[in-house]
Amino acid sequence: MSTAPSVLPRPRASQFAAKLRAGDQLAYTLTLICAASIFLVTCLLVYQLWAGSVLSRQKFGWNFIFSSTWDPVKEDYGGVPFMFGTVVTSLVSLLISVPIGLGAAIFLSEMALPGISDALTFLIELLAAVPSVIYGLLGIFLLVPVLESVVVPALKSVLGFLPIFAGPFYGVSLLSASVVLSIMIVPFIISVSREVLLAVPVDQREAALSLGATRWETTWQVVVPYASRGIYGSIFLALARALGETMAVTMVVGNTSKVQTSLLAPGNSIASVIANQFNEATSDMYISALIELGLVLFAITIIINGLARLMILTTGARIAK
Amino acid sequence: MIRRSCLGVLVTGCLVMPVFGQISLTGAGATFPYAMYSKWFDDYHKLHPNIQINYQSIGSGGGIRQVTEGTVDFGASDGPMTDDQLKGFREKRGCDVLHFPTVLGAVVPIYNIPGVTADLDFTPEALVGIFLGKITKWNDPVLTKLNPKVKLPGSDIIVVHRSDGSGTTYVWSDYLSKVSDEWKTRVGKNTALNWPVGLGGKGNEGVSGQVKQSPNSIGYVELTYAAQNKMSFGRVRNSSGAFVKASLASVTAAAAGVQMPDDFRVSITNPSGKTAYPICSFTWLLIPEEIVDKQKSGVITDFLRWMLGPGQKLTEALEFAPLPKAVVTKEEKAIAKVHSKA
Repeated sequence: MSTAPSVLPRPRASQFAAKLRAGDQLAYTLTLICAASIFLVTCLLVYQLWAGSVLSRQKFGWNFIFSSTWDPVKEDYGGVPFMFGTVVTSLVSLLISVPIGLGAAIFLSEMALPGISDALTFLIELLAAVPSVIYGLLGIFLLVPVLESVVVPALKSVLGFLPIFAGPFYGVSLLSASVVLSIMIVPFIISVSREVLLAVPVDQREAALSLGATRWETTWQVVVPYASRGIYGSIFLALARALGETMAVTMVVGNTSKVQTSLLAPGNSIASVIANQFNEATSDMYISALIELGLVLFAITIIINGLARLMILTTGARIAK
Repeated sequence: MIRRSCLGVLVTGCLVMPVFGQISLTGAGATFPYAMYSKWFDDYHKLHPNIQINYQSIGSGGGIRQVTEGTVDFGASDGPMTDDQLKGFREKRGCDVLHFPTVLGAVVPIYNIPGVTADLDFTPEALVGIFLGKITKWNDPVLTKLNPKVKLPGSDIIVVHRSDGSGTTYVWSDYLSKVSDEWKTRVGKNTALNWPVGLGGKGNEGVSGQVKQSPNSIGYVELTYAAQNKMSFGRVRNSSGAFVKASLASVTAAAAGVQMPDDFRVSITNPSGKTAYPICSFTWLLIPEEIVDKQKSGVITDFLRWMLGPGQKLTEALEFAPLPKAVVTKEEKAIAKVHSKA
């Protein structure tokens, strides 16, 4: 700030110049550019998806999301098998990973000794950094044989009457893809949930314990509900990853473009089919159909995120009451 | 001080970067002949150290697209360009694109049947039936009649196909379309298909991996791949009625029995010839007829001449079949069509 005594008020230009020199305006402008650039990239992405899929949208219209034929020879494209595969593998992987992830997070935040908790958390967060191709390889060489020899026979003997476990099992299937996905998304659930659980104020725990609650009652009935918004957030973060996962899924899902009711049957997912077929897609209609699949995946992600926000808002409102 | 030294490094870098006399070309396309092209471009560079040819195996579809756009100097494809694609090239670039066959490839049926080590015989009808999902068990009468000495189990056949678009699928489906009207109308021929049955594997590795892991399965891979990985594969009956196992000799025989058109766009599946293997294909380099840069045009024509001469001698070491002599002679004459904008 200027220390010289001034008699007249300083003109605006030099006031601005002074602010600039002070760095505020610069900081504001720079950070605004950063935020705007992300928004701009997203808009460009949506525009590109929209423009690139124009041929396919004009030819198929809404039929694209209701048709289950994917025929590059006859140029008849429909997205149902891939939408089905994407949604099913993601939901089943959540079903598997949420109990495990939440259980692990609760253990690490509430039950474990601090040293063990930190060490295990470090290892779990390392899991999140493993490239998805490695998970795919793990899936093919480790998981699929285990599923084939131990898990699926047991599943079939107990629950074989259910249509979702009917039919022969070839190793590669929607179930294998779901299991691989669940291994991939568990670290996200664990690390974020653990942080959120640790952030619950000690007063809440102490209040519950002082009322005579057991350790488990405190955790399950006080701490977890308090942290529920963050936990839902972690679940939807994991779901977002599962929806878009490409390499690991394509190696174990079976790449069969059909809708089948059994989880043991092979399937396909949007990301998997785009990764597989985009390179050799020769005709403009083919490429346009693949880009439209990308647009559909984008729409699915937005819808699910929207629902997530809604759920978090309503849960928040309920807790606030 | 620091600013000056940075500037110095920048200036020196700019001066050093353009190496005088260096000519560099880029090409992109088919993955199947990548190993061969890689060796060729490397050997050619050793002969002409100032010429660098870079090749990216992004897939035949990508190769056709990029050469049409003009982002690469030449393309490569396992399947010839269609008339529509040729028209598109002419409209976009103002000249024609020439096809130059480079090597021959073949597609073989691989299988994994516990207890069966012998080479199985397949007729075209058997292959069509299996891949259409009509022949569902290994001990189907069609297969047992073809292989009377082999004990085929009563298990279900697990079909494995390619999940990604590929020239291999194109050749396989081209053959099946020729030998079966039902396949032609129901499925057709393309780099990617609406398969009636089967699991998908990505790449030759994916298909062979899936077949190895699944008992009672059948799939198809490139001959080169099967040979390099020492896999067992079956024999296929050719149009003369002989059961032929794919080999460099039977593949070259398939190419020799075909009338080569002037533009070199030909399918050699199901050819005539007693020793010919029926599921083979050329792979082509896509060269624009008119190349603006005179130096690049000179390099391309020289490389093509080298490829047809000393280059062809290197193919067998990498398990690729060389071109028949008649095709080589015809191509050497066609090289004259490549010219630069005078």
